[in-house]
Amino acid sequence: MKKYLLAVQFDESAPAPSEGELQEQMARTTRVTDEMRAASAWVFVGGLLPSHAATVVRPGDGTTTMTDGPFAETKEQLGGFWVIRCDDLDQALSWAEKCALACGCPIEVRPFEDAQRD
Amino acid sequence: MDLDSIYRAEYGRCVATLTRLLGDIGLAEEAVQDAFAVAVHKWDEMPPNPGAWIVTTARNRAIDRLRRESTRQARHAQALLLHRPDEPKEVGPVRDDQLRMIFTCCHPALSPLARTALTLRLLGGLEVAEIARAYLVPEATVSQRIVRAKKKIRDAGIPYRVPDAAALPDRLASVLTVLYLVFNEGYTSMSGELLRTDLCLEAVRLARALAELMPDEPEAIGLLALLLLTEARRPARVGPSGELVVLAEQDRSLWNRELIAEGHELVRWCLRRARPGPYQLQAAINAVHTDGPATDWAQVLALYDQLMRHTPTPIVALNRAVAVAEVHGPAPALAAIDELDLPGYHLLPATRADLLARLGRTAEAVAAYDEAITLATNDTERTFLETRRARLTPDD
Repeated sequence: MKKYLLAVQFDESAPAPSEGELQEQMARTTRVTDEMRAASAWVFVGGLLPSHAATVVRPGDGTTTMTDGPFAETKEQLGGFWVIRCDDLDQALSWAEKCALACGCPIEVRPFEDAQRD
Repeated sequence: MDLDSIYRAEYGRCVATLTRLLGDIGLAEEAVQDAFAVAVHKWDEMPPNPGAWIVTTARNRAIDRLRRESTRQARHAQALLLHRPDEPKEVGPVRDDQLRMIFTCCHPALSPLARTALTLRLLGGLEVAEIARAYLVPEATVSQRIVRAKKKIRDAGIPYRVPDAAALPDRLASVLTVLYLVFNEGYTSMSGELLRTDLCLEAVRLARALAELMPDEPEAIGLLALLLLTEARRPARVGPSGELVVLAEQDRSLWNRELIAEGHELVRWCLRRARPGPYQLQAAINAVHTDGPATDWAQVLALYDQLMRHTPTPIVALNRAVAVAEVHGPAPALAAIDELDLPGYHLLPATRADLLARLGRTAEAVAAYDEAITLATNDTERTFLETRRARLTPDD
């Protein structure tokens, strides 16, 4: 089995959805997560607050500096992620398709390092 | 047969089988190359089944090599080999191996350029240098693309498997696109280099293999028919001084009757299956073009109408307009392409120029030819357009 990160690329500049739409989106993503659990593919899921709440800590000369905001000031930010366990990329991609349709955002699929296999 | 032609014919098949046995394309390639190196020294006489000899030798060489190495990857491959102690069987499994390899090489998670390069290398058995020459890019570029693609296959866990029924239509479409692009690269280049003709032949060979492996997929059969019917006309497509000859002016006696007959047979098979798709419809259009002494344009237009329902792209709309002009005249055809948005595509202004010329709007036609000439991608097409433009202004 391999582990994959399914990272939600959330467009923070897009107009906020209505309360109703938001509820529906939440319900859809919860259903996908439940499906992952039932299929024993689920490892972790988490939604993140927007990047205004982010702080970056940088190393340098044995000390660190802190800056307000996300690592890169881009439109699309990490909005949340799933970690799943499955046989191969095809399985991971079919989960990613479900996630993308559920949350309405692009999903980046990244395999974990070999050492993380189990 | 000499060793070179054996290599070309068997390389893809052997690598496909060894990939199943070893679980890694890179290891499989090394093993197959090792086996061919052994063959150079050992074959005084050709064994009765050279492919099977290569697979067995490659497998044994791989076992030897893996025993000497102790990396994680090597242990993994060794474990796979031990789980499959039986000799690779002929026919069934070998065919399945090739099919798996086609789907792996054309996986949508790989970049389109990588899919093409991998397909030509691993299925076509072309050397990196040959692929580079055919695509007019440096060898290092092709080599890097292939290395990166193989790394992604391994690291991302792209499976070596024929996709399941749910994913098959999309994944098959990706395979067909790769083969079609390889063919078109060879067909439209017209740079006069024989190597580029090789791309056409290679695409036909791979499409034939795919059609044999998936005999119940009408689109796979449709693609083969389309390539055969297009390839059949290639000898008539370029005139004695290398100039482009349009369909209506082609010397039909130069067409390859054998390929046309085969293409027509396949199109008829598709019609009987009644599960039309974009490649089958394009094949049917080409079947009409190659049937009888002249094209039945009403039938072509009806097929384009159907194709528009499947793939309503601006390119299909542009080609449909050509049929509209033949059936209903240039004015409605011009109206049909007025709204099309195909930035940088020289055939849009070229088609517009032709229609304007037929309507007697010469000044506008000349301007449209000028635009098309600026956008044309190769000298043959540029010369063709310049000739057309010159016909409009004989006094210049």
